[in-house]
Amino acid sequence: MSALPETWLVHLIRMAEEDPEVQLIRLAKEEEGVGISAGAHLAGVRSAMLMQNHGFLASVNGIVSCAQLYRIPLLMLISHRGEFGERDPWQTEGGGVTTHVLDALRIPHTLLDSPDHVAKRINKAQTLAYSASRPVALLLGRDLMWEE
Amino acid sequence: MKAIYPQLEQHVVVTIMGAVAAELQAIGHRPSFFYLQHAMGLASSMGLGIALTRPELTVIVLDGDGSLLMNLGGLTTLARYRPKNLIHVVFDNESLLSVGGFPTATSTGSDLAAIASAAGVPRTETVVTIDEFQRAFNGALAAKDLTTIVAKVEAVGPSGYVTDLSLLENRYQFQRHLRNLQQPPSK
Repeated sequence: MSALPETWLVHLIRMAEEDPEVQLIRLAKEEEGVGISAGAHLAGVRSAMLMQNHGFLASVNGIVSCAQLYRIPLLMLISHRGEFGERDPWQTEGGGVTTHVLDALRIPHTLLDSPDHVAKRINKAQTLAYSASRPVALLLGRDLMWEE
Repeated sequence: MKAIYPQLEQHVVVTIMGAVAAELQAIGHRPSFFYLQHAMGLASSMGLGIALTRPELTVIVLDGDGSLLMNLGGLTTLARYRPKNLIHVVFDNESLLSVGGFPTATSTGSDLAAIASAAGVPRTETVVTIDEFQRAFNGALAAKDLTTIVAKVEAVGPSGYVTDLSLLENRYQFQRHLRNLQQPPSK
């Protein structure tokens, strides 16, 4: 699991840190995580990336020219800031373009917005990432991640 | 690169694109060599992912000044996890050779070995001659600790960069090779 912290992701990163079966790699910039995940995959382990949507936007070249070019199954968990309910003005531009960029990259994505379907959707996303050998994205929505 | 080829073919190698990939293939491809033919900057990150996943293997990353300058933050991540089985070689020709030879910041004094050292990489060195390079490389293998070697090289490359080895063929062969490697290769 590679990650860069974000307000919504604090608990997930702590869980990754405390889970003995997970090795957490703290990054300087999200795009490094694409390379680390690609290396980990070729070396035989499963991995995931945990980041904010601006981290995804900062990783686009790595996703295209490493993960897609080399058919790496990359599971991305992306906190979807900047949607309805967002109070931080600086998050709003990124929120508006995230799904469009995912679509332009032909990356399958779905929203996680309720605890009821989280585990099932993560499993399904990982299954598709491996069968297609391509990146997939799960958008972590406000209703799931944040209590007003 | 010929100077260290006998050691390279014993270990896992991840290269950047351009002259490094083309020249290593011209000397002789091995299933333990992976050429990241794009995604500039991420060869060192891939090497880190492999080295942490497979501590029993020695991973050699063949980087370049242009690529490393695109992922300087990655040096801090390398240093943070300090894989003792990773040797990071940076061929520094002070230019972006394969796209016209425009000078990089190392041509105006930026010192990649000093940057790596300040990032926390425990062993760093800059070498100019082939003898120095061989000595530094063998020293890194013997030290069994994360090492960045900046090798100053002339800005000369092959006439072309596209090789017969397809990207996906290389990727699947490399993955299968790592899967089948149960023991560290003998010296």
